[in-house]
Amino acid sequence: MARVPVTEGVFTWPSDEPRLIGSRCTRCGNHMFPVQSGCPKCTGDSTETVELGRRGTLWTWTVQGFPPKAPPYAGDADPKTFRAFGVGYVELPGEVKVEARLTEADPEKLRIGMEMEMVIIPLCTDEAGNEVVTFAFAPVGGSGNTNEGES
Amino acid sequence: MSIDVAIVGIGMHEFGRTEGVSGMDQGVVAVRRACADAGVGWEDMQFAFGGSMAAGAADTMVSLLGLTGLQFINVANGCATGGSALFSAYNTIRSGVFDLGIAVGFDKHERGAFRVNTKGAGLGDWYGATGLALTTQFFGMKINRYMHEHGITQDTLGKVAAKAFRNGSLNPMAWRRKPISEQEVLDSPMLSYPLTQYMFCNPGEGGVALILCRADKAHLYTDKPVYLRAAVVRSRRFGSFEVLAPSIALEHNAGPTVDASKAAFEMAGIGPDEVDLAQLQDTEAGAEVMHMAENGFCEHGAQEWMIQAGETEIGGRFPVNTDGGCLANGEPIGASGLRQVYENVLQLRGDAGARQVPNDPKVAYTHVYGAPGISGVTILSR
Repeated sequence: MARVPVTEGVFTWPSDEPRLIGSRCTRCGNHMFPVQSGCPKCTGDSTETVELGRRGTLWTWTVQGFPPKAPPYAGDADPKTFRAFGVGYVELPGEVKVEARLTEADPEKLRIGMEMEMVIIPLCTDEAGNEVVTFAFAPVGGSGNTNEGES
Repeated sequence: MSIDVAIVGIGMHEFGRTEGVSGMDQGVVAVRRACADAGVGWEDMQFAFGGSMAAGAADTMVSLLGLTGLQFINVANGCATGGSALFSAYNTIRSGVFDLGIAVGFDKHERGAFRVNTKGAGLGDWYGATGLALTTQFFGMKINRYMHEHGITQDTLGKVAAKAFRNGSLNPMAWRRKPISEQEVLDSPMLSYPLTQYMFCNPGEGGVALILCRADKAHLYTDKPVYLRAAVVRSRRFGSFEVLAPSIALEHNAGPTVDASKAAFEMAGIGPDEVDLAQLQDTEAGAEVMHMAENGFCEHGAQEWMIQAGETEIGGRFPVNTDGGCLANGEPIGASGLRQVYENVLQLRGDAGARQVPNDPKVAYTHVYGAPGISGVTILSR
């Protein structure tokens, strides 16, 4: 079974060290995610594509406790089998705070300020039988199931 | 010199779920009730601004109300749709173009959390596909950070929701009219940590219409005119933390609510300490808490003791969401901001019945917030 990214151009794939792909303003240096052509900080109209850092700190978080509506959600939205997932903003030093799924969904194990690292997780299986993957952040040091099964 | 503006007629269709009645028909009911309240006919309207998010183009309602040829402009501005309709009507009269007109908003949404149109919101399909396109997540994350920074407790969130349902039980137009205790709120299922089911409002149905006129002609329509002292809409600035954002800047900006609030107070020449009651966007219990400070009514963190002491109750020092807010009324996007103004007009007229704020309130404030980072504020006075 092949592993395919949920979209092109949002994170590097395939890669041993996956990174989010963002933009940097060529005028003021502001970082953006995902890629965009104009700068919301200085109104500049020239940006360059950059790979963002893989590590940061958890700025805030929640836990998605009910199945999102499908569509647009592509993951498991069946109330009988749905598993809650964490969502948070991870502050990448010197760059930007990015919103992402978290591999940890237990409020007892999530705290603002904890170190996080980017990983790739399975999201769903597409019509061709491929495993669709997306980006997420996992607590550094292994607490939480990263769901990075070999495939 | 600009012209002062009065609200001389208000009309509302009951909020909640009305099977078999379209959102637009609910808007039509609201318009007719507003006309009756002002003692005018639809044919007297010189202009209209109207909007809905999910219930059709507002200007098509003229085929039900009467084809009088009036200027009717549709407004679509997310959660600030009603506020934007009112802002537009307000400035139309202030500028002297017309003397009498109407702002109307209505909606009818499917059950459950809002299904976000990621393309329409300028987001990639991957954002919705990966489970990030939920407004509820933003609400959970914003209040979680706020509680961390400012010492707000979950118990206080429970008190906010319990107050909303208690106030809703006194409001015959509200959707949720059964009190829910603080403990029931806290014990309900956790939807988006730290927010439980009963701390969230639901997308719903309803319609509201407001008739505005030049203040010097208000006596023709009512003996209890309420004056619109400010109507402001603001969008976000760089660094603010907003709903449906794949990323946010490292640097911090206070957000569009703070900007809209400051501009409205300046426009009205009124300070926060002169406001007798407020309707503040409470899509969930945390929003009401944060919006108290963002609108300038207290310091960040002071909400904890204010709410614990009952200051925001109808009989308290600073009543908030006296009609039950979004929590008890639900959120039909197009109508929601106008509902707040409707409630404030009732309160300033002294016509709010069982939920009347005591001691003849003179100044009342409304605030809405929504995607993709917009805020609308009004200030009314007798």
